Amino acid sequence: MKQKLVLIGNGMAGVRTLEELLKIAPDAYDVTVFGAEPYVNYNRILLSPMLAGEKTLDDIVLNGPDWYAGHGITLHKGKKVVKIDRRQRLVVAEDGTQAGYDRLLLATGSTPALLSVPGKELDGVIGFRDIHDVERMLSCARQHRHAVVIGGGLLGLEAANGLRKQGMQVTVVHLVDNLMNRQLDAPASQLLQRALEDTGLDFLMQAQTEALLGDTRVRAIRFKDGTELPADLVVMAVGIRPNVELARCAGLHCEKGIVVNDTLQTFDPRVYAVGECVQHRGQLFGLVAPLFEQAKVCANHLAGYGIARYQSTVTATKLKVTGIDLFSAGQFQGGEGYENLLFQDPARGIYKKLVIQDNRIKGAVLYGDTVDGAWYFQLMRDGTDIAALRENLLFGQAHLGDSGHGAESKAVNLPDSAEVCGCNGVCKGDILKAITTHKLFTLDEVRSHTKASASCGSCTGLVEQIISSALGADYSVSTDKKPLCKCTEHTHDEVRQAIRKEGLKTIPAVMALLNWKTPDGCAGCRPALNYYLLSQWPGEYQDDPQSRFINERVHANIQKDGSYSVVPRIWGGLTTPAELRAIADVAEKYQVPTVKITGGQRIDLLGIKKETLPQVWHDLNQAGLMSGHAYGKSLRTVKTCVGKEWCRFGTQESMALGVGLEKMTWGSWTPHKFKMAVSGCPRNCAEATIKDFGVVCVDSGYELHVGGNGGVKVRATDLLCKVDSEEEVHEYCGAFMQVYREEARYLERTAHWIERVGLAYVKQRVVEDEAGRQALFQRFLASQQSAQSDPWAALAEEPAREQFAHLGSVA
Amino acid sequence: MTKPCRVADEQTWSDVGALDAIPRQGSRTVASAVGDIAVFRSVDDQVFALLDRCPHKNGPLSQGIVHGSRVTCPLHSWVIELQSGQAVAPDQGCARQFPVKLEDGRVWLDMAG
Repeated sequence: MKQKLVLIGNGMAGVRTLEELLKIAPDAYDVTVFGAEPYVNYNRILLSPMLAGEKTLDDIVLNGPDWYAGHGITLHKGKKVVKIDRRQRLVVAEDGTQAGYDRLLLATGSTPALLSVPGKELDGVIGFRDIHDVERMLSCARQHRHAVVIGGGLLGLEAANGLRKQGMQVTVVHLVDNLMNRQLDAPASQLLQRALEDTGLDFLMQAQTEALLGDTRVRAIRFKDGTELPADLVVMAVGIRPNVELARCAGLHCEKGIVVNDTLQTFDPRVYAVGECVQHRGQLFGLVAPLFEQAKVCANHLAGYGIARYQSTVTATKLKVTGIDLFSAGQFQGGEGYENLLFQDPARGIYKKLVIQDNRIKGAVLYGDTVDGAWYFQLMRDGTDIAALRENLLFGQAHLGDSGHGAESKAVNLPDSAEVCGCNGVCKGDILKAITTHKLFTLDEVRSHTKASASCGSCTGLVEQIISSALGADYSVSTDKKPLCKCTEHTHDEVRQAIRKEGLKTIPAVMALLNWKTPDGCAGCRPALNYYLLSQWPGEYQDDPQSRFINERVHANIQKDGSYSVVPRIWGGLTTPAELRAIADVAEKYQVPTVKITGGQRIDLLGIKKETLPQVWHDLNQAGLMSGHAYGKSLRTVKTCVGKEWCRFGTQESMALGVGLEKMTWGSWTPHKFKMAVSGCPRNCAEATIKDFGVVCVDSGYELHVGGNGGVKVRATDLLCKVDSEEEVHEYCGAFMQVYREEARYLERTAHWIERVGLAYVKQRVVEDEAGRQALFQRFLASQQSAQSDPWAALAEEPAREQFAHLGSVA
Repeated sequence: MTKPCRVADEQTWSDVGALDAIPRQGSRTVASAVGDIAVFRSVDDQVFALLDRCPHKNGPLSQGIVHGSRVTCPLHSWVIELQSGQAVAPDQGCARQFPVKLEDGRVWLDMAG
């Protein structure tokens, strides 16, 4: 017989836990849900827009009756549970309904705290928590004029904004001098106050409420200093109190909230708790992001996996008041031991503050321009060293040598018709529609439904901004720990560490030790694991072609019609009449439809059928040409200009140097594609400053540049250092490639890797630490021993070429 | 939601080759009058056969990465169920599926219908 799971609380945290549970163990439990409110599961975050008249009740429903029925869940709505009998494992509702449980999940949420002042029980005095409260406010707004909101925090301001939009005259009363003092520092809060005053809200700061006046219905509010203010409606938004009575009466240990451990269990291990009712390591919760993370962990434990732990995460806040952009995260106040980076432009109403400690972002407040909120938040969570970015940090990601698409990302101001994802043709409107129709909350969900940011990923930040502007206050960018893929809980770095420390030598061994959730991974993790194993155990690891993307499996680039393109290696872009003749012969013999010169100074033969590939390679091999690896996450090309051999400006022999570098590095597999160039003088005709590794020759030596790329987001290189000789260029190049190969995550270009770890770190490893550099270079050369064999030569002959032909045929 | 894929009604089996000639977690194609058919071999030696055309943009599914009983199309990473030919939600579409069986290490395909 199935185990019985009872959920008390039909809100966001509890139902999210069920959703997570159904995903991983759909048949584990018979589920019964009790909800005190007479509704199905709805999105509490959207109550503010509902109050402001921007959403209806239907818009904010998350799971309708069909969802409960479809999953066989018994829903008792409008039934408040009044008793838990832990001995008999039974819960009892107000009306006598009972349900037995094997596991119990408490998600009783919180109630608005009410000030203990005389008159708090009068009609017209309410908190702001549920649909019922919204309905009361709306009906009040139709009949009355004066509203007072006590509490200038996030919720209070959203309530005030909503009531104003409903036509009421609203005054916000706040105990201290700064609005949203839990999220904003003084300057940002003053900007906010001014902007809200412009919309027509009134503020009474540093005002302490003494009493609410009236006979049956509230009529006015009196302050400590004796002044009074007329009020037909008083909304108290002075904080929330976890609902713990039920748990406390059942003998469960509670402090301010129901105390839970890292697996979200209360002191009775059969009883779990999630959401605003819990207290975890002394902390209470009011925003949605941590609740969702709790839900995931709790579901994992309920499903019997028991491999996840909940660790409190930093969260970011946004305010859902149309027209006001603010963002806050972490240690926004700063203070002793912290540095503040400030940007203030009062005329444009922009204020940005970053709080820094040891070159790492610890907190941020943004007002007026929050485009980079997601980026700062990411840097903060990753603990990225910002030393190299510091100069331009406040100006945002768009100013980091990024002359591509970066600068135009004001998610909120974009029209619905604006194309967000250029790869998949997804507009802002498509994303918003998917979020509302499919009730999406996370980047992953939006990605799989719309394909936005699912291809090259360069629009990820923008998509995240759109999600956060749609979901408002509580959307936190994503969880702090990004698993490698959906098959595992482990991150790239953890997987790599395990391979190294545990001496794992095969893909199945990695999956077994790290509890992969799928039998043999997916198209995301298998190529990553294959690369990590290959780079960790060069010469020893047996490459797994079935875990490689098709291009690397057949050493050619697949095209839209399923044919392939073939690019022979042309060292440094230098060729000979004989080579050109051979390529021309092949192109004619196999009737190659398109012959194209590539950006990397190579010749591309397009439109070759898979079964013809071995013959083409054989012919090219005969003429001394080999695979150009134009298809791989590997060394691609070394582009050169002619240099001093011919050019009247040339300072060094850039062609010879480029050929030398290519001979040294060809065949090496890297986390992502790796391109190089050598320019013979600072005019830089080989465009070395947008390559992963670029050399710019100068009269006195060689400038080495790293971390550039063209592509979606242009990033110019950072100058690594200057060296005197070609030997040094080789050594630094090999060492740089090797650190990148050993430490970057799979599919992370050098540009992103350097932005993550910081240029200072790369300089330290490759430039400052001489012994370390030489060791890296030796490891690079050692791994090249087993890497430099022409895959075309191997595949062009029997028996390997058989795999390119049909298995058989049928009539 | 799930439309049944077209399935052959009259069964006429042909031997199309040895199981050993298909790599595990891989695929080989079989030429036929209706176009190439991709024959897949999963990690646990099950075989599946689909028309070698992704319902999205006709990508050759035989060239994709095979994982579990699914394949990821090499062109735009749609994931297709090998058993049914159905695209994995939220994508929608279906690749035609053919009956296939294993006998004494040989792969048999049924083309009728």
